[in-house]
Amino acid sequence: MMKSDIKLINSEGKRLDGRGPEDLRKIKIESGVLHRADGSCYLEWGGNKIYAAVYGPREAVPRHCQNPLRAIVQARYNMAAFSVEDRKRPGPDRRSVEISKVISEALERVILTEQFPRATVDVNIEVLAAEAGTRCAGLTAAGVALVDAGIPMRDIPVACAAGKIEDQIVLDLGKLEDNLGQADLPIAISPRTGEVLLLQMDGHLTHDEFNKAFDLAVRGCHIVSDVQKQAIMHKYQSVVAAEVQE
Amino acid sequence: MANEARKIVIPSQMLGETKTMKAGRGTFVDQGKIYAERLGILSIQGNVIHVLPLKGRYDPVVGDFVIGVVEEAATSNWMVDINAPYPALLHVNEVPWEIDFADTEKYLNTGDAILAKVLSVDESKKLQITLNDRNLFKIKGGHIIEVESSVVPRIIGKKGSMIALIKKYTRCRIFVGQNGRIWIDGDAEGIALVQQAITKIENEAVTFGLTDRIEELLKKDAKDVR
Repeated sequence: MMKSDIKLINSEGKRLDGRGPEDLRKIKIESGVLHRADGSCYLEWGGNKIYAAVYGPREAVPRHCQNPLRAIVQARYNMAAFSVEDRKRPGPDRRSVEISKVISEALERVILTEQFPRATVDVNIEVLAAEAGTRCAGLTAAGVALVDAGIPMRDIPVACAAGKIEDQIVLDLGKLEDNLGQADLPIAISPRTGEVLLLQMDGHLTHDEFNKAFDLAVRGCHIVSDVQKQAIMHKYQSVVAAEVQE
Repeated sequence: MANEARKIVIPSQMLGETKTMKAGRGTFVDQGKIYAERLGILSIQGNVIHVLPLKGRYDPVVGDFVIGVVEEAATSNWMVDINAPYPALLHVNEVPWEIDFADTEKYLNTGDAILAKVLSVDESKKLQITLNDRNLFKIKGGHIIEVESSVVPRIIGKKGSMIALIKKYTRCRIFVGQNGRIWIDGDAEGIALVQQAITKIENEAVTFGLTDRIEELLKKDAKDVR
């Protein structure tokens, strides 16, 4: 992590974008936005703009990757070349392969894969604009898209990050906070059971700081989970609401 | 279920407890509580809780009539896409024609549509379909449109009331496959009208009094036809 002169938290305890230490950035979620996908979601989380599309369940090809007992989940996380300030070299790189893998494994845990032997559920996560926390935002969007695709699942997965800046534990790091801060802890949970689906850490935290950051991130996840559920309900409740007006 | 509002549920939503209720289709049980496993409409029949899916792939059931599109002709069978997660196998013994070895392409080839019946579904979800039943045939002419398989019951209506209504006003031959594919044959105007009606049904699938509104729509347009 870099040394810099920028004060990430001012004397009044506000962060660079005016948030308090335990505030999330603004989140907007819309489901069922892509016509050709089985399920889809568009999500804006601070400066992140992300589309998630779900295809399937469908037969997994090539055949050797099929599991005769359950479905496999193939998530593909991709950042657009124009999603960051300096152009990103397009195509999969080490970072996006890693994120695809951890997201696939997180989603596999909540989808009822045993109902679809030999099949695959494909999830494409496309990052159009990135501003720190894209893996959390991508996983959150994928959760909504899976529900929209009508895929049977135990829970709607949700993710959120906590971190450490200026020796203080804060929720949902922004871009500068991520670059100049001391630690970043993205987690994904199953909000019904509290089960952890994904946990990564960058930087250093003491044992106490870790526990504090973890609890804060879990609290953040529950807030985001409510936004997710509202977005899904809003999309499908509108059909019922239209009828009441008639 | 009279005029009780249709309630939409989302996965992980708690629906009841196993002490008082039973878990039906589209639900799962965790520590004595019943949860919805998918996006759908809540349906309580007696003390059994079901979730009827709102979206999602067609789940093949033995005996369903489906519309399939041939993907591949092999020497003794065809692979047919029936909109399910897996392709369905149609064996030469399951067609009404005498077929010489490796002559399958003469009868059905890639892209041909058929009206078929689901013959078997095994535990690893391997599908077989058959053409050996009454009213099953290779489709020639007409249009095939696709809808969500979950709205098929609404398109058919109670005891076929909705589909009979559409047929009456448009004079088209219509066949609704359980897999969400609909075959329409008739004159161009009739087909356009059927499509319009089906789009309306699909958009308003969870509302009440739909049959009446569809009749209104069909009557309005039928005036200039008659």
